[in-house]
Amino acid sequence: MLSEIQKRLLAEIADLHKTPEGAYNIRADGEAAGRASTANIEISSKPDKPGIDIRIKPGTKNESVHIPVVLSQTGMKEVVYNDFFIGDGCDVVIVAGCGISNCGDQDSAHDGVHCFHIGRDCRVKYVEKHYGEGTGRGKRIMNPRTEVFIGEGSSVEMEMVQIKGVDDTKRSTLAALDAGARLVVHERLMTHAGQRAESEYTVELNGPDSSADVVSRSVARDKSVQLYRSRIVGKALCSGHTECDAIIMDEAKVLAVPELEADCVDAALIHEAAIGKIAGDQIIKLMTLGLTEAEAEEQIINGFLR
Amino acid sequence: MLELKNVTFDVEEADSAREIIRGVSFTVPDSKFVVITGPNGGGKSTLARLIMGIEKPSSGQILLDGQDITALGVTERARLGISFALQQPVRFKGIHVVDLLRLAAGKTLSVSEACEYLSAVGLCARDYIDREVNASLSGGEMKRIEIATVLARGTTLSVFDEPEAGIDLWSFQSLIQVFENMQKRSHASILVISHQERILNIADTIILLADGKVQAQGRKDELLPELLKSTVPVTCSRILEGGVSHAQ
Repeated sequence: MLSEIQKRLLAEIADLHKTPEGAYNIRADGEAAGRASTANIEISSKPDKPGIDIRIKPGTKNESVHIPVVLSQTGMKEVVYNDFFIGDGCDVVIVAGCGISNCGDQDSAHDGVHCFHIGRDCRVKYVEKHYGEGTGRGKRIMNPRTEVFIGEGSSVEMEMVQIKGVDDTKRSTLAALDAGARLVVHERLMTHAGQRAESEYTVELNGPDSSADVVSRSVARDKSVQLYRSRIVGKALCSGHTECDAIIMDEAKVLAVPELEADCVDAALIHEAAIGKIAGDQIIKLMTLGLTEAEAEEQIINGFLR
Repeated sequence: MLELKNVTFDVEEADSAREIIRGVSFTVPDSKFVVITGPNGGGKSTLARLIMGIEKPSSGQILLDGQDITALGVTERARLGISFALQQPVRFKGIHVVDLLRLAAGKTLSVSEACEYLSAVGLCARDYIDREVNASLSGGEMKRIEIATVLARGTTLSVFDEPEAGIDLWSFQSLIQVFENMQKRSHASILVISHQERILNIADTIILLADGKVQAQGRKDELLPELLKSTVPVTCSRILEGGVSHAQ
């Protein structure tokens, strides 16, 4: 049985209010709290280390997999390895995510290592939300590592969201694309208080006609610190675009490091990075509609992180 | 009704103060359409910003329906019933047109209600409602959306700073129709800053502002012929340029 805290965390990270439909695996405080496989999607525990294998049969369409993780004990630290094997011609949605509630004084940490092996001609949507809460002095720490190998003609969309409550995070994402493959990443991040967030992407465009669009929008408040690195390597006829757009507030610090490497004359790569505070005329415009300054700021941030 | 009483506005420069607005007084009565015109740099936009509370006067008083609002900020004035269409509309990443209209209306608008405001400014509503108010919209589209937000607010006083600037294809007749429909609402009064003869032509009252002062004010039928006869050469040359003014 899940506790009330665990249920609330599940709602925050996966919009789950009841047992999800389709295949799922719920990990709560280091233990399996529920699992279901379907005819096309098989979830099994790894024999040698913590984590699961998710195998999706070729041609599986319009199915979803939920694999949320919640931690509600202080001092809990775990590293979990999840591997996805997605057959050719699949069209699936994968919802991951981690919620930590830490009301104690010891740090709690979840490091998820995800590896995706995606076949040919697939469409995969991956959603990962991170959330932390709790009143204790113990930190809520998440260090996700994601590797994505995208087969010929497949298209992958990744939505990475961390809006609240995670004190320390180091995210590292590596993607490698075969011919005609496409990757779209939307990262949204907000840090506050003394939080620190690092995010690093390396995308290798190996096959001809592959393309990638890696976009990060972030808001850094209070004394938080953000570091964003995005590296796109073009090794064939390909197109790559990376964009980092940050709103900086209070006494925060933001470092944005876009990086491009072209190893082929037909690689077309673009990067954009912008850091700035909320424009005064944006606040004034919303105030002329009757909003207070604080309400205007909230609307601007909510829109920006949408 | 809006009243300005002897309003001045100075800006500090190196070692002196420069007067931008110099003792301006006028009234915008209920249900009236008042146009402020005059040469570039004459203080028109500053006056609009003083009325909205974006700038505070150095001296003088501003009253709305008899209440002294001189010390009030932008939010309070907006809530008391002043709307403002900026000369340069502001863009927002991630905020959709429908969000802006909902914020303007101060309530949850149905999609069809929101669409009505867009149709009124000549935009095909379905194409715009879910667009982001960002750099993907042209200057003319932004300008119309700005006017639509004022319509959605439905306040008793609406101030437009050069609403015609940048509106290319949308006919002037439509813009004028927007103003006429607004006036049909009981007591709605409109204050427009414009160089455009066709907008001056539908005014109840025209105020000529130059060098920070009201140089002349009067009924349209009295003042407009005078303006067009080049009694004030600088201003008239601007007005008579006709067409769409992109200046300032």
